Amino acid sequence: MSNDQPIIELRGVSKRFGTQPVLRDISLDVHRGETLVVIGESGCGKSVTLKLMMDLMKPDAGELRWDGRPVRSMSTREITRERLRFGYLFQSAALFDSLTVFENVAFGLRQNTTMPEDRVRDIVRARLRDVGLEAGVVAEKKPAQLSGGMRKRVGLARALALDPEVILYDEPTTGLDPIMSDVINELILQTRARRPVTSIVITHDMITVRKVATRIVMFEPLSRLRPDEPQLIFEGSAADAFDSPDPRVAQFVRGEAGERLQELAAA
Amino acid sequence: MQLVGRAVWDASCLLGDLTLFSLRMLGWLTVRLPRGRTLWPILFQVGVESLPVILITGGFIGMVLAVQSYDQFKLMHLENQLGAVINVTLVKELGPVLAAVMLAGRVGSAISAELGTMRVTEQIDALTALGADPIAYLVVPRFLACFLLIPLLTLFADGIGVLTGWVFSTVVLGIDSFPYWHYSTRFVTGWELFTGILKSVFFGAAIAVIACHRGFHSRAGAEGVGRAATEAFVYSFIAILTIDFLLGAFLMKMYFVLWPM
Repeated sequence: MSNDQPIIELRGVSKRFGTQPVLRDISLDVHRGETLVVIGESGCGKSVTLKLMMDLMKPDAGELRWDGRPVRSMSTREITRERLRFGYLFQSAALFDSLTVFENVAFGLRQNTTMPEDRVRDIVRARLRDVGLEAGVVAEKKPAQLSGGMRKRVGLARALALDPEVILYDEPTTGLDPIMSDVINELILQTRARRPVTSIVITHDMITVRKVATRIVMFEPLSRLRPDEPQLIFEGSAADAFDSPDPRVAQFVRGEAGERLQELAAA
Repeated sequence: MQLVGRAVWDASCLLGDLTLFSLRMLGWLTVRLPRGRTLWPILFQVGVESLPVILITGGFIGMVLAVQSYDQFKLMHLENQLGAVINVTLVKELGPVLAAVMLAGRVGSAISAELGTMRVTEQIDALTALGADPIAYLVVPRFLACFLLIPLLTLFADGIGVLTGWVFSTVVLGIDSFPYWHYSTRFVTGWELFTGILKSVFFGAAIAVIACHRGFHSRAGAEGVGRAATEAFVYSFIAILTIDFLLGAFLMKMYFVLWPM
């Protein structure tokens, strides 16, 4: 496999829910080893893009490719196998309520390997340690007994259990206090330092953007665009985003309301 | 007219989707059975935890049938034959149907709410991301639990109904035990029992498929999950009545084919 070959490609992808279009003609490559950060206002289709990249959702138009191969040409079994190369940290962590922390982290290993149970135990302990949790303290707890930050860290441990090549983070710091947000940002950096991993991060948090991004793309909600305007309005480095001449990008990264206040007043 | 057309179209889409969902589930059922640690908690939840409500349902059906039938039978001086009507109605019709309705409310709604919550909290996506097929992991064990245990629970409802019907008829209504059981055993044959159990097998399968389907298609938020649970019960109730009618008519036909008058 050539290193220039994008690990994930979206080609002209569109998606709508009922009558509500969310994505329009998006083309985006994710390259091996990079940390791509996707930013944009709520409702611009960032989380949908992440799910499309992992084939958890099918596009209405366009194509998804993994390592240059169209996913549409793969069998269900092949897609399931290939998907294990990806780890996904869900926005709400999406831990299985009925299982303990240990069972959550062990789930992928038990489901997809014939590993002996003592090996599974070792891996679960190591992954929990990687995210700063002690197995002896949390392993037998149910997700409902954990704080938001702990749930995210268990979600990350679960995503890392199968040693994925790509990790997709859906708003990893949303809803966390500033200290726990920084812990998660550091974990993203540590994970990248420990293994040759490709990361895709969706976030509104500009501290995360500055800290982890090697490349940034920004989406604009379709409701704010004319039919002929591209939805992907920015692509570049974090520094480029903060110096962008495009007022939409500059306002977003600086967290300025701008003309939205007039829109609110007019409404 | 447009509204009627729309309703028919929506119902056809729902039925088609439900059929595809059932076929996918049956496909997984033939490929791989669920693991014990996935299946046992669901068997416990569907079977053991439903037992009290099933015993209460069965118990009251027996007594209500005795109360409702007694006066009319007494007018015709046929009160000694009360056991036959209570037990035939109970075993063949009311036991399976009311047990299934009760279980559609208790088990079906719970399944639908649980899977709906899993859908809206992205746990179903997480299963897919971790290499597990949600139909195989979530639907197949719930289907097996309902398919196997709802007929068994119906037998419990029948049993307790027979018992309470007899106790009420003999102790409160003063009917003699001997004619009560004599007429009961004369009219309640293996066929009546088979009819009731066969119906409950179909009811169990329908409750499981409908509840899982509604849960999988739950919309976001507490309202979406609540709606999925309500739909699971309403659609299951309609399915139970439809199956009861169609299977009842079919089995009656079969009876006369097998044992001509």
